Amino acid sequence: MKKVYMDNAAAMPLLPEAKDAMLPFLGEAFGNPSSLHEWGDKARDAIEEARASVASLIGADAEEIYFTSGGTESNNFAVKGMALAQQAKGKHIIVSAIEHFSVLNSAATLCKWGFEVTEVPVDKYGAVNPEDVKKAIREDTVLVSIMHANGEIGTIQPIKEIAAITRKMKIPFHTDAVATAGTIPVNVNELEVDALSLAANSFYGPKGSGALWVRKGIRIMPLLDGGIQEGGRRGGTENVAGIVGMGKAAEVAAAQMRDRIKHLIPLRDRLITELPAKIGHVIVTGHLQSRLPGHASFCVEFIEGEAMLMLLNSKGIAVSSGSACTSKALKASHVLLALGLDHAIAQGSALFTMGMDTTNEDIDYVLETMPSLVTRLRQMSPLYDKFIKAGKGG
Amino acid sequence: MPVYNEKVMDHFMNPRNVGEIENPDGVGEEGNPVCGDMMTIYIKVKDDRLEDIKFKTFGCGSAIAVSSMVSVMARGMTLDEAMKLTPDQVVRELGGLPKIKLHCSNLGAQALHRAIDNYREKQAKLKGERYNPMAAADGGNCPHCNAEISEDGTTTCQTCGADEKECVTGE
Repeated sequence: MKKVYMDNAAAMPLLPEAKDAMLPFLGEAFGNPSSLHEWGDKARDAIEEARASVASLIGADAEEIYFTSGGTESNNFAVKGMALAQQAKGKHIIVSAIEHFSVLNSAATLCKWGFEVTEVPVDKYGAVNPEDVKKAIREDTVLVSIMHANGEIGTIQPIKEIAAITRKMKIPFHTDAVATAGTIPVNVNELEVDALSLAANSFYGPKGSGALWVRKGIRIMPLLDGGIQEGGRRGGTENVAGIVGMGKAAEVAAAQMRDRIKHLIPLRDRLITELPAKIGHVIVTGHLQSRLPGHASFCVEFIEGEAMLMLLNSKGIAVSSGSACTSKALKASHVLLALGLDHAIAQGSALFTMGMDTTNEDIDYVLETMPSLVTRLRQMSPLYDKFIKAGKGG
Repeated sequence: MPVYNEKVMDHFMNPRNVGEIENPDGVGEEGNPVCGDMMTIYIKVKDDRLEDIKFKTFGCGSAIAVSSMVSVMARGMTLDEAMKLTPDQVVRELGGLPKIKLHCSNLGAQALHRAIDNYREKQAKLKGERYNPMAAADGGNCPHCNAEISEDGTTTCQTCGADEKECVTGE
């Protein structure tokens, strides 16, 4: 059976170059980067080389990069660390309604610690209005954290416009760029942000490896107290192989980015145009233009996403969904609900994220396969029944 | 290991008794889209037995498998027997469901009970009698620990502390 993997937002294959770069550090090059001997030197040099590659990917200085265990830690570090470091100034932070849970739940923890959090809304395309951020800013606001792009609906936020506001009001601005760094051009000085999270597994690097970039002069408190690794801001012996893999993946991402985008956009646009036309009663979620290159997300009306996902899986197609049934919390995705979609529609969520291996034939296969699966589920859906009967009656 | 066992997958991939019955003797609906699962069960009754059952379900894999299994188990039962069919029995017959999915199974038996109530209510009406529905009131079970949650306005499961009320209650 044909296999089509379109869940790159969840996991990507490890780039062979990254794997090769990592292997020595899972074997003979086992030294501790803090050690002052040959073994230590080798590990330390490798980490510093990776730091330079990651910095270069986002147009930053190497000494402003802190390696972490991934996007979640980077976001925790930024939100909690920056808020706590400035709590003498104020205890109010601003996030958007569609942030990743690592930002939203960090904000919720800050609430328990006496902070106040304002969630700015998004429009029906999932975009934050910079004016809403401006309105939410108070005397005691010490941090704004708005993601660069949302992994569920693909919408890219007007970060530059928001940064123009925060900069004027001298409020540190963090952006979660896990979905964008390594995928589309990200330059910290063009975006004018003060801190930025990235994760290696968003650009074919290893899982469990990420980084937080923090602009010089921005105050941040460590989450992990320990030794003086990462300039004393992140204790713990470094995940050397993971960091090396991230560095290599960053280097290759920077070199291949243009080609990858050129490959992905036509595939994405085909799926976004042809799938709704073929199936009917399919809503494209997120922004149509300001959108991640390999990202196509839909809500298929009258059916539930997990059942759809299982049927697609039975045909060799791997996707994901933001429906309540697919989540461990049994709640529909907060992102889809923030767009103003009602629960029944959000339940039909289906997310296709393409990668550099995705082909036009893969899109053909999805377009050929999916309509009959949707029909099958609709034929057993009481919601579809009601819709058809209401149509006939009226 | 896949999330669902082979028997559940079989009932999901090849659900039995999907559809509607024309002029059904009873119809039962359960669930709501907030929770992600909704089902409608149609029954035909002959000599106090369930002669035919059909269902339509909007929901996840386990909700569809449960509906299918309920229809298979209940067909041929007397109405009293069918009223005693419990969600646990359905889950056992399916060879188990992931813990988090257990609440879906409540909907199947519950929808069936509602369909029987609906039939009995109609019968009583014909005779000019009153009928008190026997299906359990809305409330449902906590998807995390399966403890029953009552309609007391709390938002957390008292047993395990999970905040899931909005998902498991009826409308």
